[in-house]
Order: sequence, then structure tokens, then C-alpha cells
Amino acid sequence: MCSRIGTLQFRTRESGYERQEHSSLAKEQVGPAIRIEALRNAGLLAASPTFSNFIYLDVVTPKIQDYGVIGDCRSAALISKYGSIEFLCWPRFDSRSIFAAILDRQKGGFWSIAPEEPFSSSFEYIPETNVLQTSFHCGSGTALLTDLIPVRAEAQKRKLLVPDHELIRRLECTAGELRIGIRFHPRAQYGLSEVRIRERGKLGLQMEVGRGVYWLRSAVSLRIGRGCAETSVVMKRGDVLRFSFTYAEQSPMPLPALGGEIDETIAASVAWWRNWTAQCKYSGPYRAAVLRSALALKLLTYSPSGAVVAAATASLPERIGGGLNWDYRYCWLRDASLTIRALLGLGYIAEAQCFLTWLLHATSITQPQLRVLYTVFGQEGPKEKYPPLEGYCGSQPVRIGNAARHQLQLDIYGEVIDAAAQYAGLAGRFDRVTQRVLIKIGKFVAQHWDQPDEGIWEPRSGRANNTHSRLMCWTALDRLLALGQKNYIQNLPKDLFRRERDRIRDQIETRAWNEALQSYASTLDGNGMDAALLRLSWYGLESGDSLRMMRTEQAIRQSLGCGNDLLYRYERKPQEGAFGVCGFWGVEQLALSGRLNEAIRAFENLLTYQSDLGLYSEEIDPHTGDALGNIPQAFTHVGLISAALTLHERMQGTPHPAVKVGADVNASGSEQPQ
Amino acid sequence: MNWSSWLIWGFVATLALTTIGSASQGLGLTRMNLPYMLGTMFTPSRDKSTLYGTVVHFFSGWLFSLVYVLIFQSLGHAGWWPGALLGLLHAGFVLTVFMSLLPSIHPRMASEQHGPDAQNMLEPPGFLALNYGMRTPLAVLVSHVVFGMILGAFYRLV
Repeated sequence: MCSRIGTLQFRTRESGYERQEHSSLAKEQVGPAIRIEALRNAGLLAASPTFSNFIYLDVVTPKIQDYGVIGDCRSAALISKYGSIEFLCWPRFDSRSIFAAILDRQKGGFWSIAPEEPFSSSFEYIPETNVLQTSFHCGSGTALLTDLIPVRAEAQKRKLLVPDHELIRRLECTAGELRIGIRFHPRAQYGLSEVRIRERGKLGLQMEVGRGVYWLRSAVSLRIGRGCAETSVVMKRGDVLRFSFTYAEQSPMPLPALGGEIDETIAASVAWWRNWTAQCKYSGPYRAAVLRSALALKLLTYSPSGAVVAAATASLPERIGGGLNWDYRYCWLRDASLTIRALLGLGYIAEAQCFLTWLLHATSITQPQLRVLYTVFGQEGPKEKYPPLEGYCGSQPVRIGNAARHQLQLDIYGEVIDAAAQYAGLAGRFDRVTQRVLIKIGKFVAQHWDQPDEGIWEPRSGRANNTHSRLMCWTALDRLLALGQKNYIQNLPKDLFRRERDRIRDQIETRAWNEALQSYASTLDGNGMDAALLRLSWYGLESGDSLRMMRTEQAIRQSLGCGNDLLYRYERKPQEGAFGVCGFWGVEQLALSGRLNEAIRAFENLLTYQSDLGLYSEEIDPHTGDALGNIPQAFTHVGLISAALTLHERMQGTPHPAVKVGADVNASGSEQPQ
Repeated sequence: MNWSSWLIWGFVATLALTTIGSASQGLGLTRMNLPYMLGTMFTPSRDKSTLYGTVVHFFSGWLFSLVYVLIFQSLGHAGWWPGALLGLLHAGFVLTVFMSLLPSIHPRMASEQHGPDAQNMLEPPGFLALNYGMRTPLAVLVSHVVFGMILGAFYRLV
């Protein structure tokens, strides 16, 4: 049933990236080419996002923002707004895929449930949950598809016999009558292995892959083909179809019943998410956006260890058709400080504690040195591999694993220690092991801060004396001194830390400041621009309203601004998209400099770039507003939350957050700490 | 009948059987998890079922070793190869008779005839327990043959 269609793409204005068929084989072998032509003639393809199930996957690659994500804090699935699951890895985020059509339309594997006649669709989350609902509208009727990976309270899981990994789909015809096509095309190992599907009577369809087994259960009978199972059914108003897709590796699978039990599971998951969101303490004016970001962050949390992965996907391009495609299903320490800030600011103390515990103890294998990224259990990230997939819209190579794992990034030391410092007020004095870990990391920083590194943006071009890395080394030592002052850490080598911290400040103020540019520069004695310099005020080395900081911000906006408060992260040719989190850093700098109204306007501008579901990827195309890169991206979402918190703090006149955790902080609008 | 020899080597053989079973799962050879399957007869809780099942499985193994020992006594001979042969028979019984009976006696196991429902959800083993992986018969055979070999080789008749 899979069609062979070429890979040339061109963008359509409304509906995604259309695939232009150019294989002679395709015309003869498959219906889609004919259906494409018919739809084009009918004006449907170009005019509106209206497709039938049986042509959609073959002709259209949805835009990145047209994917929703569901998950259970262990794994995540991407679902297009046309009802097709196009990315799913089990048992955890960075496992091999069973669906990956987002990376290869032919080979990747997908599971589509959608009308067979031309339809339009829209999707949204059930409010305050990560349960996705897609509405299909056809001439003959409408249907509602609910997708989720169930979540349950741990206590409930201990009592019930439930699958370790399950994905539920529930389709209900809500009006009229319509024919629904169900196309189940699993492909193992990023599409490289065909999956043999076995019919097991009333138990369902069984698929053995490697050491694990998948089961698909549904009330409708599916025709099994080579590596796929399909059918079409006519549904009338009130008809409901339920599907359960499960996976197990180490024990016999509990196979869920399909009747009202599925509805109970959905209701329990909705209740679980709502109970979680009800704990959010943010009371500012942007609650909807903040809550969605918090839900995305929670979804990217790997519950068994407390780690937070950078994104749910791999190799979605930062430049369509280009080579900037990275695997983000690992944990980057560069996100640590902002993640803790977001979790604590919203009142999610338990999540912050788990994340900090993971930071300090899962990284113990490499301490005092820290790696750029780790797996969810603190192992070294896997090395990069290049499966032969066509890539999202032809963006090659597709990368699995990440080569940045061996880079030297000195900024991450400051990230980890600042995260600990933010949490310290809640923890009281750290236990002795944690104290020793923090001191060891501090000593490493004191000995190694004055050397070139790859820096926060992980260029593959080599090392430099990055100003932002110096800032974060300063932050590390400053926060440790503050923790020592507050007696959270004992036996701190205060003289060493104070001396080195002051040397770093001196170096930044003398060598990173470029008199000709009237701005701090991206590197010592350099003249490049870097949006990460906006963090100078957030961490408190500069005051937000100091002349130097204001001029630096102005220079950044001039050279890296790309309209509507979006910012590129650094100067690059050809440019990639605007970097999502940098825009939010700009908002915080505006707020910290006292220009609250400008900050609010900028924040609201940036909110217009969220997807229909309120999600952000890593980057934004400044010309079209399209999402670029992996989605949902934790870094962007914690940036949004931090900016919303800073705005709210400024509205209420509370001090700059760095004041609470720093020792030598230049903070505007608040008293200097003792 | 040498009671102390049975107690010691029955214990060691059962330990080996349980360890090989767990290792087979960890290595991805099979998803057959007898402690979990036995434990879910008593409770749906995953944690408790594994704990209960491990205890039940261990004592059943110990008790089964008594049957081996009685056979050795009646033959008047014990050795690794009769032990291995008995292990082979034992594995064959488990894979064919016990596994096919399990859906009818297990209060939480589904069957291929009726499918799962709210009460009976656990995936049934199928013929030769192949539903738990194609290498399941091999894992069961190896663990039981080792069980028999240990008993046969080290049990002293007098």
C-alpha cells in the first residue's frame, strides 16, 4: 500500500510542504497521484488544508507546528493535525522508533485514522491536559479523534494490572455519517526494519520487534498486508471506535479491554493532568501560555529519573532542506538553571527536587567534569549515526545520537550551580555529599574558567573564549560564595572562589567590552554579537539598566533582530531561524532594565508564534512564522515561563531573582545584597 | 533418601533456575516472567506480584526438586545426564501442558478464545509460550536442564 513518490518539495501557503511526484513508477503503481491531480483540479489541494486520508500522507508533509505531542513522562508521540501518528519511540524518549514518517514519508512508519473523503481538520488539547483531540470535518459528517498516552498516579499503577506502555486512540462520529480509513504501518528502528504483524484472534495483532512486543487491539478487524494493517469503516453519529497500542519488553503484557475501560482510562488521564496543572501557582496575566509550557515541560520529563529531555524529536531541521538536524532526545545541562527557575517559579517543588537530584547524582560518573548532555539515566549520550532516511522535507542527514556530547562547554557548570542555588532556600543546608559535589565542581571552574570552549551554541567549528561561558563561570563561583554566606555549604574555599570570581568579572569588563561597538562582544577581544549576552543582566553580573547593558541590548537587536522581537542567536551565514528562547531573554532584559511596557509588548509579540496548540519548537522562521527544529523544545518553553515570571515579578515590584541567589549581583530596582 | 543433600542442592538448583530465568529476560531472550505470572494470580499489583511470585516460584522449584530426588532414589542412580534428561522432560511439561492450562487456571489471564476483559488482561503464553518471544522455549529448556544437571550431579543418594 505504500507508494513510492519522489522527494522534491515545494511549499504551499496554507497546508504544509507538498510533495511533488516525479517518479514514473508512482503514476502507474499508486492511486495517490491520480487523486492528487483530481484534488488539484477541484482546487482543494492548493486552496485549503483539505485532504483525504488516502492521499494526505503521500502528498503532504505537515509543517512542524502542525504536529501535536502526547506523552506519559517516559515517551512521547507526534501526531499531525490530519490524524496520523508520525513519531513514536518506546520504551523511552531516545529509544528506536516504531513510527517515524516525519523523517521519511515512505520508510518511517505511521498510523493514520482519518476520513477517506476530503476533509478539513483542527486539533486542540483538552484544556489543562496533554490529551489531544482532532476534529475532522467532511461534507457528510464530523468526527472527533482523541489521542493520549495514559498517565496514572503511581499508587493507582501499583494496584492495577496495566501495560507499561500504551497509546490510546478513540474516534467518535459526532455528526452525520462518514467513512474512516485506518492505516497502520509500523516500521521498526527508524524505518529500517519491516515489522511482521501476526493475527492473534481476539487478543489482537501482535508484532515482535527485537526484545519487545507490540500489540494493537481494536474492535474493528484490520486486513493484514505486508508490514501493515488497514481497513475502512462507515461510522454514524454516536459510533465509537477504540484502539489500544501497547508495548512490553520484560514480562507478559497486560492487554487492556476495549470497552468503557478505555473511556475510564481517558478520564483518569484527564483528571491526572488537571490535578497536576491545578498545582501551578502562577497567577499572572499569561496563565494559558504558561500552563501549556508547563505541560510541555512535564511531558518532556522522564519520571523514573527526574531528567528533562531537550525535545521529544530527532532531526527536525533548523533550516528546511538543510543539514542542521540534531537529535534532542537527551538531557542538556545548559537548560538546568532556567528549568529549575521555571519549576520553582510555578510551584512544582517535587519536580524541581527530582531534576536537581538527577543533575547532581546522575552526572556523578563524570564529576567534577560535566558533559554537555546525558541520557535520562545519566549515561553518556550515544554517538551520532546516520540512518538512511530522506529527512523531514529532504533535510539531510538524519542524525540519531549527538556529536556535541564530547564538546567542552564551560557554561554548564554555572547552569548546574545556579540551579542548586535557586533550590537551596527550599532544601535548607545541602547534605554532605551534595556539598562535596558542589565544591568539587566549583574548584574545577576555578581552575579551568580561563580557557576556550565550544560554548552554549555548540558550533562544530571549534573553540573560542566565549563571553557567555565566562559569565556562567562567574555565576558558578558567585552562587557558591552566596551559598557559603548563607551556611548552606560548609568548608567552602572562599578565598579561591572569591579571587577567581573577581578575576572573571574583571576579564569580562575589560576584554569582552568592545569600545568601538559600545557593546559586549560574543568573545573576548572580539566584535561578534551573541544573543546569550542578554543573560549578563539575568545572572546579575550587569544591572539591567546599566549603560553597558542597555547598549549591548541595542547592539544585539540591531545585528540579530529579525522583526517582531525575534532574535537570531548569533551571526551566521546563511542564517537559520530565529532562536525561540533568545526572544524571551530579550523580554527579560527589557523588564530588568525597567521598560516594563516594552517587555509586555515584546512578550505578547512572541506569543503570536506559538502553534495552534501553544507549542514552540527550537526556532522560528522570521519570514513565515513557521516552527523550525525539534518540537516541543524545553529550552523555548522554560524561556517563556521565565519571561512570564519576570514580568509578573516586575509588575509586583519583587526583586530581580538573581538577588536571592547571588553574592555580587548588580541588580536594578532592588537593594544590593549584603 | 538424603534429606540434607536434597535441601542444599534443591536450593542451589532452584537458585540457578531463577537466575537463568531472570537473566533471559534481562538479555531480551524471552518475556516469560514466571514469578510475575504466578504473583498475578494473587494480586494485580506489579510490585507485590513480582515479590509474591518470586517466593512462590522459589518454593515450587524447591518442591519440584524433591520429585527429581525421589526419581533418582527409585532409579538408584543420580548423575548429571539423568538430571539433564529429567530437566528436559520438566521443561517440555511446562511449555506444553502447563502453559496451555494457564489461561484456564490464572484469574487474570486472557485467552485467545475470549480475548481480554477488565478482569482477564494478562497476555496468554500460547503454544510453547511463543507469545513471549520466539526464543522462550530455548530459555525454558536451558534453565530446566541446568536445574536437573545440578541436582543430578551433586545430590548424594545416601
